[in-house]
Formats: sequence, C-alpha cells, structure tokens
Amino acid sequence: MTPIKLYPPKPDKVYFFGTCLIDMFYPQAGLDGIRLLEREGIEVLFPDDQTCCGQPAYTSGYHDEARAVAEAQLDLFPEPWPIIVPSGSCGGMMRTHYPQLFAGSSRSSQAEEVAGRIFELTEFLVHVCHVRLEDKGQPQRVAMHTSCSARREMGLAETGPGLLSQLTNVTLVEQVRASECCGFGGTFAVRHPEVSAAMVEDKTQAIESAGAEHFVTSDCGCLMNIGGRFERKRQDGQEGQVGGEHIASYLWRRTS
Amino acid sequence: MNVQTFTPQAFHRQAHDALGNPQIRSNFRRAMDGLMAKRRDAFGDWDIETLRDLGANIRLRALAKLPDLLEQLEANCQANGIRVHWAEDGEQACRIIRELCEARGARHVIKGKSMVSEEMHLNDHLEAAGIEALESDLGEYLVQLNEQTPSHIIMPAIHLNTEEISDVMHDRTGTERTIDVDYLTAAARAQLRERFMAADVGISGVNFAVAETGTLCLVENEGNGRMTTTVPPVHIAVTGIEKVVEHLRDVPPLYALLTRSATGQHVTTYFNMISGPRKPGERDGPEEVHLVLVDNGRSSIYQDNELLDTLRCIRCGACMNHCPVYTRVGGHTYGTTYPGPIGSILMPHLMGLEATKDLPSASSLCGACGEVCPVKIPIPDLLVRLRKEAVGEGRGNVEGAGVKRDRKEVLAWKGWQWLATHPGAWRAGAGVAGKFRFLSPSRLGPWTDYRTAPKPAATSLHAMVKQHRRKLEREDEK
Repeated sequence: MTPIKLYPPKPDKVYFFGTCLIDMFYPQAGLDGIRLLEREGIEVLFPDDQTCCGQPAYTSGYHDEARAVAEAQLDLFPEPWPIIVPSGSCGGMMRTHYPQLFAGSSRSSQAEEVAGRIFELTEFLVHVCHVRLEDKGQPQRVAMHTSCSARREMGLAETGPGLLSQLTNVTLVEQVRASECCGFGGTFAVRHPEVSAAMVEDKTQAIESAGAEHFVTSDCGCLMNIGGRFERKRQDGQEGQVGGEHIASYLWRRTS
Repeated sequence: MNVQTFTPQAFHRQAHDALGNPQIRSNFRRAMDGLMAKRRDAFGDWDIETLRDLGANIRLRALAKLPDLLEQLEANCQANGIRVHWAEDGEQACRIIRELCEARGARHVIKGKSMVSEEMHLNDHLEAAGIEALESDLGEYLVQLNEQTPSHIIMPAIHLNTEEISDVMHDRTGTERTIDVDYLTAAARAQLRERFMAADVGISGVNFAVAETGTLCLVENEGNGRMTTTVPPVHIAVTGIEKVVEHLRDVPPLYALLTRSATGQHVTTYFNMISGPRKPGERDGPEEVHLVLVDNGRSSIYQDNELLDTLRCIRCGACMNHCPVYTRVGGHTYGTTYPGPIGSILMPHLMGLEATKDLPSASSLCGACGEVCPVKIPIPDLLVRLRKEAVGEGRGNVEGAGVKRDRKEVLAWKGWQWLATHPGAWRAGAGVAGKFRFLSPSRLGPWTDYRTAPKPAATSLHAMVKQHRRKLEREDEK
C-alpha cells in the first residue's frame, strides 16, 4: 500500500536544493522558486556546496559514482528543515533512491532521514504552504507537462495543475495523452535519440493542438527537451511554436 | 509479405525502420490507445491498488515457496493422472515434447497460445522432426501464415491491420480480399476447425498452475484453448516454472487482474481448469495429459533477490500497452520473444546481456510500466539494475555482465564525480561556462538533430542566490 503522506505545518526555514540543471541552464527558475517560498514568510537556506543529486549516473548504472556524489549532498542539510527541490526527477531520486543507494551502509539512517525531508516545490507550495495566488497576468491558454517522476515516482500529478488553476486569467488546456513521457529520460535521449525524438515530437504536437499559447513544466529536463524541440521547429521555419518555462518562473512572473 | 528476421543486437536499426514506417506507427498507436482506455474502464469496478497489492502478495508468496510448491504441484498433478516432465532449458523441453509426439506417431500438432513455446522455438524443432505444428490462436495463426513472430505477448498480430490480414489470408489460404472482419474470422475458424479434428496432439500453455490441487488454468477468448486441450487424444501443457500458485483461492484475484490488465475484460470468454485426462465413463477429453515445466534460465533469476521480482509476471502485456517506447517501435523491433518493458528485464536472463545490451537502456524510465503492472513488478528499478550489470566490472549475476563497460564512459563519469564532489571547482566551472557561453556548441550529437542545444546561463544559480542575498541584506539595512 502506498502510505498516506502527512504534511508538516509550515516551517520557519527550509533548505533549497537547486539541482544541477537549474544551476547551469535555468537559474532563474531556481531563484523564482526561492522567491515564492520567501513570499510565504519562509527563510530559504541555500547550501553553497550543493552540486548534483547524482541521478544521471544512477540511472545510467554507475552506482558507485552516484553514491559518492549523493554522499556529498547528505551533509548539507544538518538542521531538521524541509528540503525543497524544484524538480520531480531530482526530488524522486533523493526521496526514493537515496535510501536504496545507501541501504546497508553507515550512511543508511542519514539517507533515510534526508529522504523523509524532501519535498518537490509545487508539492510544498500546495500541501505545506497552502499558497493562495493572485493572478496579475493577461489571459493566456497554458499547457502543463508534469514530469513522469513527479507524476509516478512522487505521486504529484495534481499539484502543478492545482497551482495554475489558482491563476484566474489562465486557462489550463487539456492535451491528448497528457500523462505520456516527453522522451527526455536523461541519458535515454542520447542513447536512443530517434525514439526520444519521436516522443518529443508527439509531445510538442499534443501541446500545440491543445491550443496552448505557452507551456510550463516543473522539471527542467522536460523543459530542455520540449522547449528545445519547439525552438528547433521554429528555427526550421515551422509556424506556431509554443514557448515554455519552469512553473516557478511562471507563477512568480504572474503574481509579483 | 516480406519475411524479416529481427534480433535484439539490431535494436537501433530496427527502431529506425519502425519509426519511419507510418503503417507500423499507426497500427501500434491506435491499438495501444485502445488497450489503455479499455484497461482504465475495466478497473472501474475495483479498488485497483488493493487488488494489485493482493496480486503482488500472492505472487511473492508463491515465489518464496517456489521449490516446495513445484514439488507439491508435481505430486498433485501425478495424482490427477497428469504426467509431469522437467526441462532445464528450451532444448530439453523441445526434446521431451517431440518424444511424446513421436511415441504417439503424431504428424499433426495443434497449438493453443504459448509464449514459452515461442521462447524455445518449439515449432521449428517439431518441423525439423517432420511434425507439423499449427497455431490455433487467431493472432498466432496469422503470424504463422505470415512467417513472422508475435509482436505482442497477448495480441501476437497487433502489428497487422485489417487490410494486411486480408492480404495474408488471401495469399496463403485463398480467401477473398475484404476488410469484412466477420468474413475473415469465419474463414479462419473453418480452416482451423478441420485441423483440430485431424490433430494428433494438442499443445497449450498454462496461465496458473495450482499446487494444492494439481490444476492447470488456461485463460483464452477464442475457444481454441478448449479445443486444443480436449479434442486431440494427447494434451501437452508447457509452462515456465514460475507460473505456479499455492492455492486455488489465489486464482480469482490473479485472473481478475490478468484480464483487466491485458484486454480490459472483466472475464474472458473461456476459462479452462484442466485437472487430468479423460476418466472412465467421461465422454470427452484427452487420453493423456502432460505438463512440461521449463526452467530455461528462471532458476538463475531466482538466485538474485532483486531480479527475482521479474518472475512475478503473469504475462498480461499491460507494460507494453503503456510503454511510450513500445508504442512507437512495435514489438518486433526488440527482436526477442518477450518485447517491451517485461522483455527488457527478462530477456537478458534468457539470452545474456551481450545480445540484449541495448534493451535495458531502451526506456526513458517514465514508470508507466511499473504503474500498471498488476503484480507490482518494479520494472524501472530492474531496468536500472540491469544497466548497472551491463556497465559494471563483470561481477554481476547476469550472464554477460560488464559487456557495456567502456573505458571512455567510465572516465567521463569519474570526471563528473570529481567535479560534483568538489563544490569549489563546480562553482568555478559554472562561472567559466557562463562566461564563455558564446562558445558553447550549437551541435550536441544526436540531441541537436531534433532540438536546439541548451546554453549555459550567464549567471549560475549559485551566483544568483549570492546576489539575491546581498540585495535582501541591503533592503534590511534600509
């Protein structure tokens, strides 16, 4: 049985784990996530020594390397504050796979303890902060792509759309096969590029034919994949391509 | 129709061909969309999670007691008059079945659907001995007529649409070219009916073998299973050793899960419970019933306490139906008896990792397979586990472990590890990447064949957070 998750009351402080993809390619999404939390009256601690959760090596089968990198993150969160991760995929890695990765080792109980404090950003905003958003943006039709790890590994299919539905001027459009993977899958996109390309092509078509003017996602892997495909099609002269961004940036932009 | 041989070694080329074949793409997409919708609707009358937990527990309990249950199954089958044979591998199983056929002087064998018989290439083996084996499941029959292999474990001919089926039947059996499905089905039925009557031996699979009663359960929709197991004088059931369940009461939940997960049915048209040959005074049924229990690599999977979860599988095919990769490349692309997610975790055991090294990576780990699996096999975790075996130092439990170990890739991950465990270097690296972002390549291998390349941000999140802190502090001072 999937245990029912009981959420804690809103804390004074949280840790923020920015993820490597956001650190390198989409830092604005990270900063906007931090601002959303600060606006809820929470002090956000950003451990300066954070790097990567270790997932790329983990899913590629390099578990010793993944463990070494994960171990370096474990010590960054000494106080009992929740750890907020603006990505379902890195969040899923830390919540689900850290305990597996360190099972039977001296770090086992620490990994379990850290895993228990991991919250995905939209999950935390909805279930712990109970945010109320005031939309200041223009009317827009938006498609949400929830990442597979947020949806299935973390069980968070509803939190992203829930936040968007608070934005009164935003119409959330319905895509065909919304729960289907966009084809990113980390190194999958490199090892099986043609299959991945067929998947992301279908995803961009689904978003477009849903009549979306914009798409948001809570995972930068999906954003890089779907956004990169839209941009490529635009460069190739195909009309009507849709722009996208991380949900944290979209929420911050429309409510600040 | 073209006869094509598929191998797991050629996964990439076969995927390329399938992706470029609009007929394959639309046949699978349409069929899988339909199957997913049917499954969703069929579980409407159950608390699906409770039922999946029950299914998983039944299978786990059976596996935990596997050696004992197999002995119990053998004893109870023998008591029922079912003769039990053990085969260590496919070859031995083929030999046992051939010898049973030869002992009866059999020339014509009719087969119900059995994936294990596909796994051991039974038809080829019998044919080489001059025994004709004809498939009687409609999909299997079409695939056999077309000299192909099944592209799906439940719906073997799902890669063919009605026009293609009409062509195959016209070319091979002389039926009219038509898309009238009723006509085609009736024609196949008439063709098969004659063959049932003429068959010397019937060979079927088994869905559940019940240890406590020695009963073989067979789930089907066409009645071909009932015919195969009752009309010919000899019935040979062949199955993997993992198909055993402990109690008769374990069957209804597994059956409910199987039919709903596979085809979205609440019940199938036929559910056969075979408990022995014809008894004196009975009017029908075979004179002999045999059960061939095949290991073929399963007991080696059983030795590994993670990978053994693979053996929970009840062969519903839901993981294929929901897999975005399978849906796009189709079953033949995998080049293995069992395609799709379950195939990618099972075939490395049956064929070794050398031959199947591209299968565990052929998944985005989206988790759809694990989410729908009726017995909760953690398929994504096992895919990762096999990736680990493939790139490891060759000490794993799977034959061919270490086959994908590549010195350059190991070095790359070691380099990544060093950077990600030296935060100062990491931050400096991000700074350099940002400063020289104009130098970042616009082509990044296959990624940029379809997408633009991501550009490093001018300022990393680390640096942005520092600026943000300073700003907040200044505001505080005011």
